[in-house]
Amino acid sequence: MTEQSVRRFVSAKRRPKEDGRFITGAGHFVADVTRPGMLHVALVTSPHPAARIVSIDTEAALGMPGVAEVLTGDVLAANANPLANAVDTPGVKCYPLADGVARYAGEWVAAVVAESRAEAEDAAERVEVEYDPLPHVINAEEALDPGSPPVHAGHGSNVLYRRTFTWGPVADDFAGQPHELSFKLRWGRSAPVPVETFGVLAEWNAGTEILDVWASIQMPSYAEQIAAALRIPVNQVRAHYDVDVGGSYGVKRGIKHTVLAGFLARRLGRPVRLIEDRLENMVGGDMHGPDRHFNVAVAFDDDGLIKSMKLRVIEDVGGQTGRAAFQLGKPVSAIVGAYRINSVEYDAIAVSTNKTGQAAVRGFGMSPTNVAIETAVDKVARHLGLSRLGVRRRNFIRADQFPYLIPSGSEYDSGDYHTVLRKAVDLAGLDALLKRRDTARRDGKIAGIGIATCLEPGGGNSAFEPLLNPKNETTTWPESCVVKVDRSGGITATIATSTSGQGHETLAATIIGEELGIDPDTIRVMHSDTLSGLPGNTPVASRMAIMLGGAAAGAARKIRDQAILIGAHNLKRTPEQVRYANGAVTALDDPAQSISLARIALIAHREFHNMPPDLTEPGMQAVHVLQVPKGGTLPTADGRVQMYPCYSFAAHIVYAEIDRLTGKVTLPDYCIAHDCGTVINPDIVRGMVIGGAAHGIGAALYEEFTYEPGGQLLSGTFVDYVMPSAHEVPDIKLTEHCTPSPLTSHGQKGVGEGGYLGAPAAVASAINDALSPYKIECLTLPMRASLLSDLLADQQAETES
Amino acid sequence: MKQKITLTLNGARRSAEVEPRLSLVDFLRDQLGLTGTHIGCEHGVCGACSVLFDDDPIRACLMFAVQADGHAITTVEGLREEDGSLGILQDSFWETHALQCGYCTPGMLIAGQALLARNPDPSDEEIREAIAGNLCRCTGYVQIVDAIRLAGARMRQMPPATDREAGDD
Amino acid sequence: MKAAAFDFCRAESLEQVLEELSSAAGEARIIAGGQSLVAMMAMRLARPEKLIDINHVGALAGIDDGDGMVTIKACTRQATALQSAIITREVPMLAAALPYVGHIQTRNRGTIGGSIAHGDPTAEILLAATALGARVTLASIGGVRSLAVADFALGAMETAAREDECLTEVVFPKPPRELALSAAVDEISPRAGDYAVIGAAAEIGLDAEGRCRHARLASSGAAPVPVLASPVAQALAGSRLEDTEIDEAVRLLDPLLDPESDVQASAAYRRRVAPGMLARVIKRARDQARNPTT
Repeated sequence: MTEQSVRRFVSAKRRPKEDGRFITGAGHFVADVTRPGMLHVALVTSPHPAARIVSIDTEAALGMPGVAEVLTGDVLAANANPLANAVDTPGVKCYPLADGVARYAGEWVAAVVAESRAEAEDAAERVEVEYDPLPHVINAEEALDPGSPPVHAGHGSNVLYRRTFTWGPVADDFAGQPHELSFKLRWGRSAPVPVETFGVLAEWNAGTEILDVWASIQMPSYAEQIAAALRIPVNQVRAHYDVDVGGSYGVKRGIKHTVLAGFLARRLGRPVRLIEDRLENMVGGDMHGPDRHFNVAVAFDDDGLIKSMKLRVIEDVGGQTGRAAFQLGKPVSAIVGAYRINSVEYDAIAVSTNKTGQAAVRGFGMSPTNVAIETAVDKVARHLGLSRLGVRRRNFIRADQFPYLIPSGSEYDSGDYHTVLRKAVDLAGLDALLKRRDTARRDGKIAGIGIATCLEPGGGNSAFEPLLNPKNETTTWPESCVVKVDRSGGITATIATSTSGQGHETLAATIIGEELGIDPDTIRVMHSDTLSGLPGNTPVASRMAIMLGGAAAGAARKIRDQAILIGAHNLKRTPEQVRYANGAVTALDDPAQSISLARIALIAHREFHNMPPDLTEPGMQAVHVLQVPKGGTLPTADGRVQMYPCYSFAAHIVYAEIDRLTGKVTLPDYCIAHDCGTVINPDIVRGMVIGGAAHGIGAALYEEFTYEPGGQLLSGTFVDYVMPSAHEVPDIKLTEHCTPSPLTSHGQKGVGEGGYLGAPAAVASAINDALSPYKIECLTLPMRASLLSDLLADQQAETES
Repeated sequence: MKQKITLTLNGARRSAEVEPRLSLVDFLRDQLGLTGTHIGCEHGVCGACSVLFDDDPIRACLMFAVQADGHAITTVEGLREEDGSLGILQDSFWETHALQCGYCTPGMLIAGQALLARNPDPSDEEIREAIAGNLCRCTGYVQIVDAIRLAGARMRQMPPATDREAGDD
Repeated sequence: MKAAAFDFCRAESLEQVLEELSSAAGEARIIAGGQSLVAMMAMRLARPEKLIDINHVGALAGIDDGDGMVTIKACTRQATALQSAIITREVPMLAAALPYVGHIQTRNRGTIGGSIAHGDPTAEILLAATALGARVTLASIGGVRSLAVADFALGAMETAAREDECLTEVVFPKPPRELALSAAVDEISPRAGDYAVIGAAAEIGLDAEGRCRHARLASSGAAPVPVLASPVAQALAGSRLEDTEIDEAVRLLDPLLDPESDVQASAAYRRRVAPGMLARVIKRARDQARNPTT
């Protein structure tokens, strides 16, 4: 028998396993990997947002010192398959290098390969490309117009995807309410922009016929997509997951980079490294994030109870397709936020423009949508003269209503939103904060308090794929863990993903340690490669605590069960007459009769004569491949589906002041209460929440990839693309609540995205509270100082006239 | 044309031949194999390449290696104590989990080390100023500030240098 | 982002610098701190055939406390100037400006002369030098000349230095001693430590009756070069610097402005904010001059 004892390691403050290598400079990032004979790539990029490529003269470049190859798009396209499209758009064909047509300024047109990066750059300057500029479209609303210049002529329209979902009686609910309001909202194009750019090193071994890939990668189905584009079997691609990833937050997808490097490595028979420099990364790395135009309408009663919502979203995916359109899908999993909204109409539109391509961003499209929902709630309160807190409480799903089915088909597992909000109010000292705001206003300051909540769906089954593309029948996104006990009792776990700061080694070791009663510090956690590893889908979608945690627990429990069988046999007891605890099997009737896991492991590995007769497999190893809880079903015809199993929740309260002269925003107080179920490692959770919030503050106030009408990116350096420094991110304070998930191994939920999902909405709420005495509002993110100042100046001019 | 340079690197003398256009960070990483110092932007904004140059923190992407001739460079690899144990600041980063992906961490450690060397009791605002030239996209900085504050407190509790073993300097 | 190839010369004397410049016929660039130049070279926006490193020219570093003026040799580090008691005492506006210049890491390499020679219109050192009427010394093998900073900075990244000239020093006049004096600098930038969107600097001297007898004012970010706000200073001469007087006087800045729009702010924003920022620093300097303990 087994017992659930008090937790020893889960939730305890323990030093994360990974940190030791990073504080000593011993991290193993892709730019730290070298191979003998390695060549370097530099890229020739299009200066035009749209142009036909008339000719490319590579002769001068090929004559430069150290140059091994200059590859052009036509050669690549003739020998590779197009990159995968998320939605069903067979007329859209994208390759790593532009094939005849450049679709955004900065798109890769040719690749120069040389003995050093500097020599590759020298030669790239000598590649002469003749362009025939074409009409372009930069504004997504204009791209909707059938007469707009087609970005992908083969598709026939700039609309890549459009579907209007109707969940519940929207028309009746709108007709039946005494109030409705509507507004537009703009989420500017931003991205996580990790401090490490994307990089890849590819090496083809003609003897083994394996393409080795080391990359800074966080991409599900990575090897599969590389293989498909390169026209080789998946089992000839070995992506190494022991490469540390210098930040990703969703964007480190690198498919086109890897296809290009892999193609060159095979063609040249030498290892090829492509490490984006920062300029290549910003303009042509295809890692921009959501770029959205919202129209929102809500219908509500006199008490502010929101009955129904209509949401139209135009997502500007840019000139490459990739997975961008899928980011319209994840918001479906929490389309009503934390609220009991009865019906929803969701008009989801993805359009192409002549901008760089998008990658996934932390929350996969949820954060902008949450700004729309939370802004609507604030507006309802303001419209009725009610408190924003009160309207939220009135609309919240109550703790006694879980599991709670939302109109779009997902069931929320657990939560207590009223309590979490109360904890945020207490932490912020909201009464005192309100007095401070009002005093500041009397002193002539522009001050406001932001309140926002957010759901963080985690652990998904990728059901947005079949929802947005019926040809895609994905209904599972498993995660795996292998646990081995060596003959000395040492434990090694193998996981099937690389890590980009989330602490997966700590996660796996903590849970395995908990299950086996072994100090996690002694447990080794290895990262497989794609050929030796089991199924995995990378740390997207706040899924690893849920999925890797569950897989690790599953494998550890199999080890424990095996230990009980061997231990009981050697203690001359039945399995029911022993218990496993603290790394040993002990007889229930005589605690002195005990056998350690190390001893059991030695028996399993070396002493077959001491094995129970029904155990026919020597050694001590277990595999667990976890199916997503509640996954496994396709969407209904009207587009309802259980998308994610677990729903974390957070409430943010922030105090903001706006400098009247300059529009500069300061955030002197920032408080978050959050509930991610059982915390595995408190310091990791704290970092995830605060770091996500910092990222969200950047999106709300500072960061934007801005294009001028001529199609040039204006913010292609770290000078112009403004990410918050230690001066811009306040001392964010946290408090926690725990409603365990009934669906996971230890009650844990996801936590990697929540900070980012809540912060933009909270900051926007604070800004608009601050602006409300002036009867103006700002519904454009980022809310740059100059924008706020311009709004205030316009208002003042109007007042004076 | 390559030029010969000699410098003191993490306390040891090193000589090398470098092309003038080779940046200091590329020299450290590619020519000397010290990959702890990272490249983030190569235009002087992110701070990932911070090293100590004659004990002052600088950006190694904004210097050419040839300019380091005759100078002393300390990288993250040089922050351990002489006995090989973790430096106080390094250990404090671990204690507060002042990192996630670890990419900006070497630069943050350099910035923090330089601050504490001249100001052993910094205010939080001074800590934030000292790391404001180092971008971190993971942490939101709070646990980094915690770590530097903790390291300062730990260092202040240590006996003065004269009481410690000879050779500390 | 690797610089194009170049030759490197580590100069040991000013004479060597000037000879190298002369023989390079415009294809050489001086590197001091390199905090702007190296980034531009990495982006290949600058591609000199030769770099002349002046970091080891002893004659080009140091701060001289002279009669009525402070001379800062060109290759003096910004960090050194920030810690200099002479600067704090005698050039308080520069002392107030330096914390806004980049970050600790860049100030440890960046130099006073290099920043001015670079000619960035929003750089804080150039702002202070403009406000104070500083002069730069330019040397070539043909001789030495001195130019007012206002005549040196011609436009964005554009200066009056000839290709064979080396900026050797910046000379700041000392403020009058008999007045209660204070200086203030402020700016709005996208992020602390960034180049300013709008900056302003003020040095105010009050007589015993609290009347303004000395005002050195400049504004940056709303014109191709920092603007010396002489009309504002003249309007305030002799006044008690009441808020209303300051707010009125800074309106005289407007005709001097010629702002452009960029990704961070519109021209209209710059035109609107520049006078207000100037008023802000005048008031701050006034308050400090009235009550030096605060």
